Amino acid sequence: MNRSNAEYKKYADSHAKPSPIVANCIKAFFIGGIICTLGQLLFLVYSGLGMAENNARALVSVSLIFLAVLLTGLDLFDNIAKVGGAGTLVPITGFANAVVSPAIDTKAEGWILGVGAKLFTIAGPVILYGTLASVIYGVVYYIVTLVMGMI
Amino acid sequence: MGKKTLRFENAPVIFSSASVVGKKEKEGPLSDYFDMHDPSDKFGLKTFEQAESEMQRTALNLALSKAKARPEDIEAVFAGDLMNQCTGSSYGLASFGIPYFGLYGACSTAAEGLMLSAMTVDRGVFLTAAAVSSSHNSSAERQFRFPLEYGSQRPPTAQWTATAAAAFLIGRKEDGRKGCAAITEALPGRIVDKGITDANNMGAAMAPAAADTLLRYFIDEGHLPSDFDLIVTGDLGHEGHSICKELLSSEGLELGDIFSDCGIMLYDAKKQDTHSGGSGCGCSASVTAGYIMKGFADGKFKNVLLIGTGALMSPSSVQQGLSIAGIGHLVHLTSVS
Amino acid sequence: MEIFTGLLKAFVVGGLLCVIAQILIDKTKLTPARILVTYVVAGVALTGLGVYQPLVDFAGAGATVPLTGFGYTLAKGVEKAVTETGLLGAITGGLTATAAGITAAMTFGFIASVVFPSRPK
Repeated sequence: MNRSNAEYKKYADSHAKPSPIVANCIKAFFIGGIICTLGQLLFLVYSGLGMAENNARALVSVSLIFLAVLLTGLDLFDNIAKVGGAGTLVPITGFANAVVSPAIDTKAEGWILGVGAKLFTIAGPVILYGTLASVIYGVVYYIVTLVMGMI
Repeated sequence: MGKKTLRFENAPVIFSSASVVGKKEKEGPLSDYFDMHDPSDKFGLKTFEQAESEMQRTALNLALSKAKARPEDIEAVFAGDLMNQCTGSSYGLASFGIPYFGLYGACSTAAEGLMLSAMTVDRGVFLTAAAVSSSHNSSAERQFRFPLEYGSQRPPTAQWTATAAAAFLIGRKEDGRKGCAAITEALPGRIVDKGITDANNMGAAMAPAAADTLLRYFIDEGHLPSDFDLIVTGDLGHEGHSICKELLSSEGLELGDIFSDCGIMLYDAKKQDTHSGGSGCGCSASVTAGYIMKGFADGKFKNVLLIGTGALMSPSSVQQGLSIAGIGHLVHLTSVS
Repeated sequence: MEIFTGLLKAFVVGGLLCVIAQILIDKTKLTPARILVTYVVAGVALTGLGVYQPLVDFAGAGATVPLTGFGYTLAKGVEKAVTETGLLGAITGGLTATAAGITAAMTFGFIASVVFPSRPK
């Protein structure tokens, strides 16, 4: 009881049953792998239908997002994610789930400040920092190409 | 100063109690002890927040009807829940017209309400008082963690907020009868902060507070664990309870097999995927109103010690990285002969 | 056969990107939102450094479906827009290229909120 806070924190951390990391990684590998394989399969189908590579990739994203949104609405996604962990989080399905799950939840608070605002609770930071990084990269890319052009 | 256990010479009694739970709690090991449940968790209402208020209203109504009492017979109600500004309690109890005190003690709210009821009834401030508390898994998840359908993994130390509410009616000794429990002692908790910042390990944050109160009671004041049939914390969960045991052992206090935890008792950890066990204002409240009060009625319990443990944090304090303080309120229940 | 190896590559690379995140979650207690942000920003950075394009060429959807791929799309979009319109492209390129994903998520998300009820766990 007379431990310092730092000592107690260390003790509590060592006491805590660790997450089953190996099992989690295996599950994440398979579930994440399967989602990406499905993406590749869809890509082949869309390309086969004569779509340009960029458009086919975009439609793959749209398809996987649709699937994740549907599974979330049917109350199934969180059960898959409980097993899959990062396997469902990291693919675009995790992004879609992060958009739709607060939207479903916050209907009670209204369409504007409920659904409208909370839709971005988790996805907002992803869009913000992703876009920000791309703007910084764009400026760097512009300067680099300018300098390269002068040489 | 402030270290002494309060002794209630007039031994106020809990003359009625009732519990209302959700689906998961009804499927747990204590299923038979609860008065009412709703498999949809919504109790006929549109939102989970409203459902939580309805659970409080139902629990108090049931407790009143069991005692054939009317709201006018109760002079004060001490109530709390987990939602912002205690709205679960204020909306749930508005229609009764009973003078109302809103509490926030997180999982310790039931013990805090019992303690305040006993204090006021013992000193004759009120002739009768009620202690009501609730939590709802869905309203708490929304407020403290993630949206309900959000896919995430809970670490093994995470606790599961119970969907449960309970009401207790406390009156003078004369209101009691054989099979009731009297509140004979109480030891208010102190805020103990040992620097835990992980909201997924509230058990570790609360364990030192529970240990602090238990050590003050048993070591400083010399009470004997052998005088009790059950010493129960509410709700440290598996993780926190085991830490609490170790903390007590290191100070030379062994409570043995009679030492348990409401969060451990409420769910079947293996089958119900509740990880470290139950938590929330409704957890220790419903276990006490259901299981423990039944034990007194059956003559199984003569003396029970309830240590309501609360994690005193908010979503903002967690996001700001502040550590989570805990509190442990002790209430001594004795059978009425 | 070529199709099969393509699928296998997507499976393995996609799976491994998920495993890295799983280790981060379990070892560092990073919240899922932080993982997502980290992955997108990492995707932009790795594409800028020229590391990610070879991975996309190798694994296809195994590299584009994980959120690092979202960052890859942002970066590629910016490159294209800067080449075409100069500095203004740094502002327009990212969201133009990722418009499909973001708009789909918002649209489907909104429709789902209309259609599906909120359920207890």
